[in-house]
Amino acid sequence: MPDFVLYALVGGVGVAVVMGATGVFVVWRRMAYFGDTLAHSALLGVAIGFLLGINVNIGIVGVCLTIAIGMVYLRSQRHLAEDTLLGILAHSSLALGLVSVSFVSALRIDLMTYLFGDILAVTPTDIGWVYGGGTITLGVLAWLWKDLVAITVHEDLARTEGVNVLRTQIAFMTLFALVIAMAMKIVGILLVTALLIIPAAAARRFSRTPEQMAVFAAIAGSMAVALGLQGSLLWDLPSGPAIVVAAALIYLVSITLPARRSA
Amino acid sequence: MPNHSLPRGEVLVQGAGIGVRHGRRTILQDVDFEVQRGEIVTLIGPNGSGKTTLVRTLLELESPETGTVKRKTGIRVGYTPQQLSIDRTLPLDVRRFLEMTGETEAEKLTAMLEDVGAPRLLNQEIRLLSGGEQKRVLLARALLRDPDLLILDEPTANVDVDGQIEFYDLIRRIRNERNCGILLVSHDLHLVMSATDRVVCLNGHVCCSGLPGDVSTDPAYLELFGEAASAVAVYAHDHDHHHA
Repeated sequence: MPDFVLYALVGGVGVAVVMGATGVFVVWRRMAYFGDTLAHSALLGVAIGFLLGINVNIGIVGVCLTIAIGMVYLRSQRHLAEDTLLGILAHSSLALGLVSVSFVSALRIDLMTYLFGDILAVTPTDIGWVYGGGTITLGVLAWLWKDLVAITVHEDLARTEGVNVLRTQIAFMTLFALVIAMAMKIVGILLVTALLIIPAAAARRFSRTPEQMAVFAAIAGSMAVALGLQGSLLWDLPSGPAIVVAAALIYLVSITLPARRSA
Repeated sequence: MPNHSLPRGEVLVQGAGIGVRHGRRTILQDVDFEVQRGEIVTLIGPNGSGKTTLVRTLLELESPETGTVKRKTGIRVGYTPQQLSIDRTLPLDVRRFLEMTGETEAEKLTAMLEDVGAPRLLNQEIRLLSGGEQKRVLLARALLRDPDLLILDEPTANVDVDGQIEFYDLIRRIRNERNCGILLVSHDLHLVMSATDRVVCLNGHVCCSGLPGDVSTDPAYLELFGEAASAVAVYAHDHDHHHA
């Protein structure tokens, strides 16, 4: 196996595991569109990273966090319906990102790489970012897990039982921003949400507890990465879309298999 | 029950002059409200009268713009929300739902479910429960915290009349056994149980309050509910116990 394929596989599986474990909450909390909005805003982070001459990943995390906090604030003002608000933020931040990137085109940002990902260009440094960030993300997720599940089930009930809802939500937003920064390299901005949602959806019918579903989602995501990568090498497919197609196929297979019967 | 050593009539939560606005809309204005240990207070009022907002301020989920909410320090509060809307993609059985209170012993969880009249539900998927079963499971979760104050938001909505009578009997028994204070919220005028010590009728402000029988003939109450008021039935239970 050539090095670049190994790097792609190792990096991709790392991202898929983190995305599976995070993605279940995106599905349970109906945050798919919110995830999309954050992913769209990531391009602006790339541009800002280049313009300021800082690490692009830091630019992405910064912009995603700003958008997430802005979203929480605007929602509390209750001027607009949530999906309208997300639509405004998603499209204006993507457009702003594209405009900003054109300013730094002298630096030859490969736009397609950011939009659709380029897993075959993963370097050992990227793998370091993925596994470093991934370990932190999974650690924080494990620490937040109980409270996050509790507020997903019922926010007010969790709060009256002593869960610090605001702290938990802010911590989760931060994780979310980190995950998107990590995932962009692999599948690209436009397909990030797919890898958060599709493996989680595929895991649903085989899971009896929230934890099982997170583990199965991580496995389904890793399988999608391996299969997509294989397809990409065999038939010279664009790697990001190939991974998403593989995830969709895994989902289709999952709904035809018999579900686990509940006890 | 340890609570029995505590005095009845001890004020558990008290709101004074509560005012809440959402945007430009006034939801609550100058509301005084309290729940004491050992009493069952029923809060009634039409939809949009601010019942849920009042409950949220008493639970300290929302802070009032004017007035104060004082909760006796150290008391435990049990709360059952109107309904659960758990996404159907979240796999969660009753056991796991109840374990969120910190109590994980299967025997205790089963005993509590039996106590609220929902036996054999421990391993059921929570989103497949009927409305009535869900209410009982919510009550079990609240009781597992051994509350001094129990706040039940519309516990009998979508439950048939027989079920409501049964539920009211259950709540009365809980009060007698645990000597906790209970606040019941209802928009349902058709059945106000006689075990209620006090009925508070809310419509942005406290219209009237008192014994169920007195409130149902109060002019302010009759004006607020109009036609519907005549349909109120006060459910008289058998007097099988005595209050000290």
